[in-house]
Amino acid sequence: MVKQELAYKETLSCVQCGYCLPACPTYITFKKEKHSPRGRINLVKMAAEGKISYEDMEQGIELCLGCRACETACPSNVPYGTILESAVASLVTYNEERMKKRQKLIKYMLFEHIIPNKKILKIGEVGLSLYQKTGVQKVVRKSNILNVFPEKMKAFENILPEVERHKRQSFYESKQIKKFNVGFFTGCVMDTMFKKINTLSIKLLQMAHCDVSVVPKQGCCGALHNHSGEHDLTIQLAKHNIEIFEKYQFDYIVNSIGGCGAMLIEYDVLLKNDSKWAERAKAFAEKVVDISVLLNQVELPFEKSFSQLVTYQPSCHMTNVQKCVTPPVELIQKIPGISYVPLLEKDMCCGSAGIYNFINYEASMAILDKKMLHVKNTLHQEKAWIITSNPGCHLQMKLGIEREKMNDKVEVYHLVEVLADACDIHI
Amino acid sequence: MELQKVESEIRKVILDAERVMRDPADLVSYSYDASFGSYMPDIAVQALTTDEVVNIMKIANHYKVPVYPRGQSTSLSGGPLPVQGGIVLDCSQWISKLEVFPEDMLVVVSPGVTAKQINDAALKHGLIYPPDPSSMNIATIGGNLAENSGGPKGLKYGVTKDYVVGLEVVTPEGNVMRTGGKTIKNVTGYDVTNLIVGSEGTLAVITEATLRLYPKPQATVTLMALFDNLIDSGHSISNILSAGIIPAKLEIMDQASIQAVEEYQPTGLPIDVEAMILIELDGHPVAIEQEIEVVRKVCTKYNARKVEIANTEEQALALWKARKLVSPAIVRNKPTKISEDATVPRSKIPEMFTRLKEIRQKYDVELVIFGHAGDGNLHPNIIADANDLEEMKRVEKAVTEIFEAAIELGGTLSGEHGIGTLKAPFLEMELGEVGVDMMKRIKQAWDPNNILNPGKIFAEKGQKFSLTNG
Repeated sequence: MVKQELAYKETLSCVQCGYCLPACPTYITFKKEKHSPRGRINLVKMAAEGKISYEDMEQGIELCLGCRACETACPSNVPYGTILESAVASLVTYNEERMKKRQKLIKYMLFEHIIPNKKILKIGEVGLSLYQKTGVQKVVRKSNILNVFPEKMKAFENILPEVERHKRQSFYESKQIKKFNVGFFTGCVMDTMFKKINTLSIKLLQMAHCDVSVVPKQGCCGALHNHSGEHDLTIQLAKHNIEIFEKYQFDYIVNSIGGCGAMLIEYDVLLKNDSKWAERAKAFAEKVVDISVLLNQVELPFEKSFSQLVTYQPSCHMTNVQKCVTPPVELIQKIPGISYVPLLEKDMCCGSAGIYNFINYEASMAILDKKMLHVKNTLHQEKAWIITSNPGCHLQMKLGIEREKMNDKVEVYHLVEVLADACDIHI
Repeated sequence: MELQKVESEIRKVILDAERVMRDPADLVSYSYDASFGSYMPDIAVQALTTDEVVNIMKIANHYKVPVYPRGQSTSLSGGPLPVQGGIVLDCSQWISKLEVFPEDMLVVVSPGVTAKQINDAALKHGLIYPPDPSSMNIATIGGNLAENSGGPKGLKYGVTKDYVVGLEVVTPEGNVMRTGGKTIKNVTGYDVTNLIVGSEGTLAVITEATLRLYPKPQATVTLMALFDNLIDSGHSISNILSAGIIPAKLEIMDQASIQAVEEYQPTGLPIDVEAMILIELDGHPVAIEQEIEVVRKVCTKYNARKVEIANTEEQALALWKARKLVSPAIVRNKPTKISEDATVPRSKIPEMFTRLKEIRQKYDVELVIFGHAGDGNLHPNIIADANDLEEMKRVEKAVTEIFEAAIELGGTLSGEHGIGTLKAPFLEMELGEVGVDMMKRIKQAWDPNNILNPGKIFAEKGQKFSLTNG
């Protein structure tokens, strides 16, 4: 009997040709077949057939970034995301008891309390802001107190963004002739750590013929939950968002977060077997679009020119799930003065991958080291900006620059920040 | 088999514990390739030096444990499958050497390097490494050599064996041996190089190769021709070639593959044509101009509905895009793709098309033809569902008849994928009793203990062709 909870039928569509191998960051980094997409699909298949144990399967699954570059490389349309999610969800159920305590605590705090709860995120935001504004951050950084923390906490401490507190309206009218009515999806981590980028996004959309609504009570997209096998929670969050957004007559649901956008655009896949919700999810997903797509359709009113070398690290989920590849690059090339150089091996994940860098710190850093090698080979020690389109990648690239001691040469910006500045748009 | 002992002996010669694997999660990951069947090895080892291979072969000979050399396991014929258990010798991470010698027009490589990496390195010196198996981005040169891989460019530039000048190999008994040298001309002794190339890992482990490179052609151009009749396209192909033109690539897509592509991601191809051929000409720009005209005339003579020339790189890419989409397009309805590579002489291409059409009808199988038509390597693919046993039985019969047809027409069982496990039962049909016996004697002389890649090429007693075992 095949184990029903695993996506067994999907594993059979893999012909084991191996075309995914060179696209997989964990295979390249860890050099073992079990850390490749083909290897993982086989592990899930074997576990479903009862030929290996769940512990065996977990060896391959646990280090998967979920970047889904393998889906883009696959010549046989294997739904790797579905296979991975089924494996992770099965492991969560199976491991409930034997999960490492610390990981369990982190996950519990993140998923059940912090991420879905905007109020707590708000407190966190205030805390983060105070922590930085009061200068405690400097004291902590200088006093080496952080040496007592695990290495990972110390690493992230150095790259925390400066949080700016500011109020936001719920509606922004288009500053050009109105063409679209859009709902803006803020995301939770993004709206806490990078609230400024969200607000700048909205202001840019005003320039792109959009009336922008920031729908109150919108929730977390569920991406991190989904990648961690919290299937039921993910569905709850998805239904909540669909319900909230469908009350409005939006032409688009816009976001500037590669990872969240990928989750939103797959609500239809998530709910395809739910007869009550399938249609509604499909209607929602069809409206989801990354901000770069809309901005790329218009002539932005550029005011400034940057004489600057720029490269771009795409978000894997934007590339492989949202299939949004050219708009960000075209936008970058439109900015006056900029000299754009494609990042070598740009489609390789940076190792951020949601909370992968917290949970699998060492593995994540090994992947990041490979990424930074490509960054160095692209930039040849010149001063440059790395542009990102997702907060996770953003922080990870900053971490990479910190680790490589390239701070004096290289800066990291979200695409929206650069576009807004070039248009002289500020908060 | 004294596994514990074998493992501890191996660990003495490979000190990096991570490279010696016995965990079920690892072993099951070495149990397959891109063909059929799954077999668990007892140990998997990642080798990185010739010395390591020497030591492993010596241990294996002492304990009489089989060894299966492996690259990235993209084989379509079962080459790296550990069919009798034992040690999988993974050379995929052995990428230490990739050295181009532009003056000698040679490159020296470690077995884990890919053909794509070799070609990229050559391009930096204005040279190319022409063999281009479709897996060239993934598969290792060690595997390419062992299977004598070809690709679309085989038509003009030949296959892997045509580029091998010398090898360093480890014999099954664990001795290092060099074959060939660094010169194109070399007739000293038996041509062992060409015996090893294509021996599917049964005679020696390839640990280093010296390969020849070619100057990069000055220009390339792509043409497309559409035909209302598949047989007409076959006549065009053989007549283009007999008109003295050797295209770099000459690929075909039949109606079923065009329809599949247009349903999957429309590229604007007419779905009522029976065949499309894609031709890439390369060489001096002036010569190409003339060749275009000849190709156009031949295709028109054989009733081509349309001949189109790509004037820009983008247009050329658009034409090749449809060809690239065939694989994902044809597996959308059923998951199992049986990719065959029976090959016929060029003059028999139209006749082979006729035979394939008959086989498709006779066994009611979804047979799609696309591939390297120019060299007679037609790649009939059958799309099926491995879970449907009744269908798979029909597929087995159809495949058997494809092999028979190819051999009757003076062709071969395998143009580039190798015999491996799957086609072993048909070997005698092509080679005859004496042919098989002489090959077995070569194997016996090289590998007296039958240690290296047993169960390949030669059928076991009573072994039948089967696509349905696990």
